[in-house]
Amino acid sequence: MTGQPRQPAATPQPASGDAAHRRELLREMVRIRRFEERCVELYSAAKIRGFLHLYIGEEAVAVGVCQALAPADSIVSTYREHGHALARGVEMDSLMAEMYAKVTGCSRGRGGSMHLFDTSHRFYGGNAIVGGGLPLAVGLALADRMRGAGRVTACFFGDGAVAEGEFHECMNLAALWELPVLFCCENNLYAMGTALNRAQAETDLAARAGSYGMVAWAVDGMDVIAVEHAARRGAEAVRGGGGPHFLELRTYRFRAHSMYDPDRYRDKSEIERWKARDPIDALAAQMKQHGEITDDDVEALEQGIAAEISRAIEAAEVAAIEPVEDLTRFVYSPRPA
Amino acid sequence: MTARAGATGATAKTARARTAKAGTATPKADGVAAKAVAADTATAVSGKLVTYREAMREALREALIRDERVFIMGEDVGRYGGCYAVTLGLLEEFGPERIRDTPLSESAFVGAGIGAALAGMRPIVEIMTVNFSLLALDQILNNAATLLHMSGGQLNVPLVIRMTTGAGRQVAAQHSHSLEGWYAHIPGLRILTPATLADARGMLWTALEDPDPVLIFEHGALYNMSGMLDPAATPVDIGTAAIRRPGRDLTIVAYGGTLAKALTAADQLSADGVAAEVIDLRTLRPLDDATIMESVRRTHRVVIADEGWRSGSLSAEVAARITEQAFYDLDAPIERVCTAEVPIPYAWHLEEAALPQPATIVAAARRAVG
Repeated sequence: MTGQPRQPAATPQPASGDAAHRRELLREMVRIRRFEERCVELYSAAKIRGFLHLYIGEEAVAVGVCQALAPADSIVSTYREHGHALARGVEMDSLMAEMYAKVTGCSRGRGGSMHLFDTSHRFYGGNAIVGGGLPLAVGLALADRMRGAGRVTACFFGDGAVAEGEFHECMNLAALWELPVLFCCENNLYAMGTALNRAQAETDLAARAGSYGMVAWAVDGMDVIAVEHAARRGAEAVRGGGGPHFLELRTYRFRAHSMYDPDRYRDKSEIERWKARDPIDALAAQMKQHGEITDDDVEALEQGIAAEISRAIEAAEVAAIEPVEDLTRFVYSPRPA
Repeated sequence: MTARAGATGATAKTARARTAKAGTATPKADGVAAKAVAADTATAVSGKLVTYREAMREALREALIRDERVFIMGEDVGRYGGCYAVTLGLLEEFGPERIRDTPLSESAFVGAGIGAALAGMRPIVEIMTVNFSLLALDQILNNAATLLHMSGGQLNVPLVIRMTTGAGRQVAAQHSHSLEGWYAHIPGLRILTPATLADARGMLWTALEDPDPVLIFEHGALYNMSGMLDPAATPVDIGTAAIRRPGRDLTIVAYGGTLAKALTAADQLSADGVAAEVIDLRTLRPLDDATIMESVRRTHRVVIADEGWRSGSLSAEVAARITEQAFYDLDAPIERVCTAEVPIPYAWHLEEAALPQPATIVAAARRAVG
């Protein structure tokens, strides 16, 4: 089977359409944006170290997809996962503390920016091996399917993962066993510095997934309403026993790959073209046009978020670090003496 | 990956187990299979005649019966019956949901085992042979061994991975290596090398009860080993080494495929009046330092028999620990008998020459005792 992605048969339904919901979508996206911007400042101040990959520009993807997930669903993510964690509801305090390498961090300071985990939100982390999270998602979904749990596992990965063998192994296995996975491919056009068309013989990624016999389609990843709509359709089909579904979410990161990246491989005009499609600006403009939000509302929203981030930073600043005596804790589980 | 082993019934041409003491083990009818080592039979003389393969299969059956969270997944584990026939008949008994044939996608199905374990299942993943496990090394190292620590203690991975290891069957350089020493390098894993019928029968359940990932390496030359095993055999501990033969003059440290060879060597040494003690490591990670050191302090001389390559090997680790912990108890340099540093060749005489053999263990022992 080759060629065209199979389109879902269902008639498009409007995403949850009231203004209050759209305000919440806007707030969630702004919250991620401002969190990431503060992370840049904190990185420059050497409060955050290591690798730091920012989600700026891609907020509509995480926020839109997470609307479609229930608390019992699972998420597997990548090293660019601050946005996924925030959109999922992982507490900002624990995320910021993790950036600070504090014991109050969601991974007790052992993971850092790339390895955020929170089982209380079924957030199975931050995997920094490109493609390495897909098998975990397949396994979580296999367990759910064997138990008839009716859950969905949302698996985020980038266009770079499509070049990995693990991607193809997992597409096949998930489709073969009809597992309840919603594959969310964040196609931001670059695998670190290598453009999609320099790495992929076939750049239509939905078509690649469709070749495995699963429903797959491309979505405008800069439009949070479109993402939510697609994710709801996909998640409902997966939950209803329709096997894995695949969303190619076409998006763009406005910042460099990581804080180390001089960003030499992209044309500045390309970045500006995509910034003109900023998902936050787009939704805000649309809402203002329809009288659903005022400048004062936006200001209030910004102030609330700024206060939340400041509280998270203050808490992280004063939090304790893990005692060095506990260095080797969690290599093995505690067991009876 | 063009040559999947269809080695059911493979015999142990160059790895025949030591001839067991009279009355404690019975050769298989075809006369080619190795026999159980005596240490096993000490507790099982009144039992039932079984092969290592059957002991392992019975352990799998027991696990599937005892815990509904247990399922088996791997290449040809179901309809084919397992490439070494370990899982033969389990599909018919437990059905395709719990005995899952997978595509040839080691990384996906090992990772799926990790994911299912995270979700509370108790998967047993079978990898045909250790060389193929390299295709899943990302999942084993970067996820199974790492998630608990990296998540600050949130994600434990109660996964068991079984695979065949070792040479001696003329299946050449992509089906014969002994990489369990590599895996023993990795914090977060437990590495088991059952070398006896009792361990083949008893280690699996203990491994399944472990909250963390456990890798079981089954030496391919052992599957046809037969001997008496108590039908009521119980789970065994997985944290300790065992003295399979006591002796006062010399300690031979062995595991997996080298245990039977070490016991054969000890027999030959005994004829010369040298009483060798043979230690079966059983678990390569964590190593049971106490049992090794206690023996070395009594015998003062050590030979380590390891089917891995010598450089950077498990034998190197054991030797280093002995020099760290019992240096002043040694009366001679530590001797190592390892596999020659070549990819395992097909030709029978070259393969035999590449591997530790009873004769080379005996020679090393003679050097050690002077």
